[in-house]
Amino acid sequence: MSKKSKNLEPNTGWDFDPAPEKVPVEIKAQYDLFIDGKWVKATSKKFFNTINPATEEKLSEISEASEKDVDLAVKAAAKAFGSWSKLPGKERAKYIYRIARILQERAREFAVLETMDGGKPIRESRDVDVPLAAAHFFYHAGWADKLEYAFPGLKPKPIGVAGQIIPWNFPLLMAAWKIAPAIACGNTVVLKPAETTSLTALRLAEVFEEAGLPPGVVNIITGAGSTGAALVNHPGIQKIAFTGSTEVGKVIRRSVAGSGKKLTLELGGKAANIVFEDAAIDQAVEGIVNGIYFNQGHVCCAGSRLFVQESVREEVLQKLKFRMRSLILGDPLDKNTDVGAINSAEQLKTIQHYLSLGKKEGLEMYQNAGGTPKKGFWCQPTLFEDVAQSSVIAQEEIFGPVLAIQTFRTIDEVIQKANNTPYGLSAGVWTDKGSKIFNLTSELKAGVVWANTYNKFDPTSPFGGYKESGFGREGGIHGLAAYLNLEG
Amino acid sequence: MSFIAPKSRRSIDQVGVLERAGRFTTRSIKSKSKVEGLKMALSMIDLTTLEGKDTPGKVRQLCYKARHLHDSYAGLPTVAAVCVYPSMVKTAKKSLGSSGVKVASVSTAFPSGQSAQNLKIEETKYAVGEGADEVDMVISRGALLSGDLNYVFDEIASVKAACGSSRLKVILETGELDNFDQVRLASDISMEAGADFIKTSTGKISPAANMPVTLIMLEAIRDYFLKTGKMIGMKPAGGIRTAKQSLHYLVMVKETLGEDWLSNEWFRFGASSLANDILMQLVKQEQGNYQSMNYFTID
Amino acid sequence: MSRLEVAKTYKLYIGGKFPRTESGRTYQLKGPKGENIANLCQASRKDFRESVIPARKAQASWASKTAYNRSQVLYRLAEMLEGRKAQFVDELKQSGFSLLEAKKEVEDSLECLVHYAGWADKYQQIFSSVNPVASSHFNFSVCEPSGVVVATAPLSNPLHGLCFLVSVCLAGGNSLIVLASEKTPHVAISFAEVVHTSDVPGGLVNILTGFEDELVEHFASHMDVNAVIYARNNSKVSQKMELASADNMKRYFNWSDLEGKIKYSPYFIRDLQEVKTTWHPIERISSSGSGY
Repeated sequence: MSKKSKNLEPNTGWDFDPAPEKVPVEIKAQYDLFIDGKWVKATSKKFFNTINPATEEKLSEISEASEKDVDLAVKAAAKAFGSWSKLPGKERAKYIYRIARILQERAREFAVLETMDGGKPIRESRDVDVPLAAAHFFYHAGWADKLEYAFPGLKPKPIGVAGQIIPWNFPLLMAAWKIAPAIACGNTVVLKPAETTSLTALRLAEVFEEAGLPPGVVNIITGAGSTGAALVNHPGIQKIAFTGSTEVGKVIRRSVAGSGKKLTLELGGKAANIVFEDAAIDQAVEGIVNGIYFNQGHVCCAGSRLFVQESVREEVLQKLKFRMRSLILGDPLDKNTDVGAINSAEQLKTIQHYLSLGKKEGLEMYQNAGGTPKKGFWCQPTLFEDVAQSSVIAQEEIFGPVLAIQTFRTIDEVIQKANNTPYGLSAGVWTDKGSKIFNLTSELKAGVVWANTYNKFDPTSPFGGYKESGFGREGGIHGLAAYLNLEG
Repeated sequence: MSFIAPKSRRSIDQVGVLERAGRFTTRSIKSKSKVEGLKMALSMIDLTTLEGKDTPGKVRQLCYKARHLHDSYAGLPTVAAVCVYPSMVKTAKKSLGSSGVKVASVSTAFPSGQSAQNLKIEETKYAVGEGADEVDMVISRGALLSGDLNYVFDEIASVKAACGSSRLKVILETGELDNFDQVRLASDISMEAGADFIKTSTGKISPAANMPVTLIMLEAIRDYFLKTGKMIGMKPAGGIRTAKQSLHYLVMVKETLGEDWLSNEWFRFGASSLANDILMQLVKQEQGNYQSMNYFTID
Repeated sequence: MSRLEVAKTYKLYIGGKFPRTESGRTYQLKGPKGENIANLCQASRKDFRESVIPARKAQASWASKTAYNRSQVLYRLAEMLEGRKAQFVDELKQSGFSLLEAKKEVEDSLECLVHYAGWADKYQQIFSSVNPVASSHFNFSVCEPSGVVVATAPLSNPLHGLCFLVSVCLAGGNSLIVLASEKTPHVAISFAEVVHTSDVPGGLVNILTGFEDELVEHFASHMDVNAVIYARNNSKVSQKMELASADNMKRYFNWSDLEGKIKYSPYFIRDLQEVKTTWHPIERISSSGSGY
């Protein structure tokens, strides 16, 4: 009765009709700065456009904060620090719990806005970014009145004003990662979102207003690199937290050196995701896909270097390619979309540069067939086969949906190759053998190791890197240290 | 004839399976794709009655329903098959006539399988002799759990031989297996031994079919196809009651095996109450208002 | 009749050996009255470079020793020092310590080694955590040594400060390259003899004598060093080191508080650790549940 099928193809006849998320979200024509609890015009009187990367349509105009605006924001935060830091922890906690709840209530609105502004699929903003952001506020709220138990033998004291600069890949989530622990520990904040994705941070300011957070505790200023530099160099800042590229991280570190400002950096990565022959291959393939194609690969901990044991290379590649073909690329607001738009024209250019480099190196490239929408910035999920350790594709952070596949024979070999990078943010290991997992997890020089899973995040779980991936941890009891002066 | 365990037995990570299975349920099936999907699901149903109190009367009613799902809705398919005990095969066969609806018979001391192997073979021959187009056998779970894989393999192969040209569905009864690794192992043994279909459950044990277990079996089918080029069918049975669930299963088949499996030749739902829920949804899609069970026949 | 003393040549301690500086440079160490105490090697950046290689090698195997073993090795160091107490008292006196001060410095050093010997198998329990994530995963965070640490020792406690740095680094599984106090460096090289005759593997502790001016920037900019510590109180030098540390994002610590006032705390060990978080699925728990 059996017959030979032509091939395994997921997308041939029964295709899904469009299923767009329809919750309407109001976006203002222009956004001012949020300083001292008020919306104020930027003194520069300059605005820049923020667009939807899936359609290239203008969404709104964002204020460009000048050095003077930065100064106003820092002063507001410094003023607020006096009373906020003295507020009993349990009172601070209640504000933060309120913020968490309001975020949960307005979750759909935030998800839609995040997707429109950044291009990520609604499935991810709805199921990952927004719920996790709320969870971060919820988790850290509870710490506010318990800090003295976190560091035995030490007296925790808030630091002062924290200047926080966040990237465009998880705009709301990164804002939550930064703001929640900072204010729970009694600090006040000046936060600058990335210039291509300011909208959800600005909407978060509305949540702070709704929650009745005292003016100046959190200030949101918008702008590009020069605004960030002004914030970093402002003498009224006692703490800087930055998430972004290693290149900018080094610039920040050098400009802060000797100032006494506390610094945490969460920088780039080029994670090894290692699949052994005894792994649960089907789940490993899911982990590979989730590791590199989640959020279009705009993830610092993306599993961008896949190491496959030679004996299962064919099987893994065959299954991976099949699985890739069921990834739906398109309208980020469609609930069935798996791969959304690349965040900006600039980032698309960077990714395309690496794709052409890979081709020039003569690497075998596989890319999902099917076109991309005419408007907007897109990149089909891509992989390069049999990449050598010395290839640029395997060394540099691409920050896009591009996977470099390498093979290995022995454990020692793969450990050596996995660690052979200046980065050390994350790693993945897939094997059925417990003792092998612990061998790998203890040998891999990375701050987060996912064993038989990948790209999992939780507010209770510390996140951060070794080596040039930065220092300090965010999340969990370990993350609190970054926002406290610990006196012995 | 015996089963040779593959060199490296595939292990399954349960949490990863649950996550992946959950992903299919977040697909949003709308408009035309929904109507198409629901009609497809209807055509894949094995309407089932497997009770001690089954009578020819009951079976005849079920067979009528199989052919006339909801006559006021034009262009509906029939279900794929009616599934009964061997003693009811003749009645069913007669009632269904030339409708194209198949008759499936359970066999091999269903649901426990606790009988002598020669009796199971005789029972199968009897069902096929009565006219069964398809045979739904159960594996010997006791033998599997105690590690006697060859016994399980040989039994399936013998029953397959007794089936002649009738298609053999092999029920793993996943609710009685210890873990997902065993589901995978039982799937591999069944396919190697000659199963035309693998099926999750008898419907007599809880839990019956669910998406994670079905996913593991679909992946086993895919690996078998990749190895041999042979297509094997899949039948989740029990526990699938709503139209929405059935669409999730179809999405899972599409994204795990591809669309060649999206026909009742290769995919079936073992379910009774599912048909009416799908019918209610189809009528709702057509008329726009939510439906009541009072307007759909229960057989 | 007084006999002529045999003068000692103080060399560097690199990779478990006592080489002279490759540069051939020496300088005279003077006592409080201007008298010559000894000739010392003026270590060069190449001597430093040569010490990073054995330090890297020794660190990997040191980190994989059991905590129990690391603890015993540190304790053994105290045993060896106790046996040579008189020598160190003499040497400190040469540099102007009174007998009482010298005795206290040596005794404090012994206390320090014994104290941190005890931490080697305890800090992990204090600083690691099991994290109650909201999914079916076992999630835990542990400390791992930063790796190769380079430090400038405090000036005012030539032996105690050195023992402190050695203790903190070794207890936490790191290796150390340390620039000895410029005021009393010969004590540090004598301590190297203690290290050498104890159970500390060669290359794990490397001791240089010389001047911070010409060395600290090389300490901070070396791409194969994981952490640098400045334990003196010149803020200009500190800034220079912090700036150069950005090249490979090595960890930088200004422990200037230690100058003149050494205190014990496991948080010093903690500073030289990386937190690693591991996730693994837990079977048999519903997908929305968790284990801990």
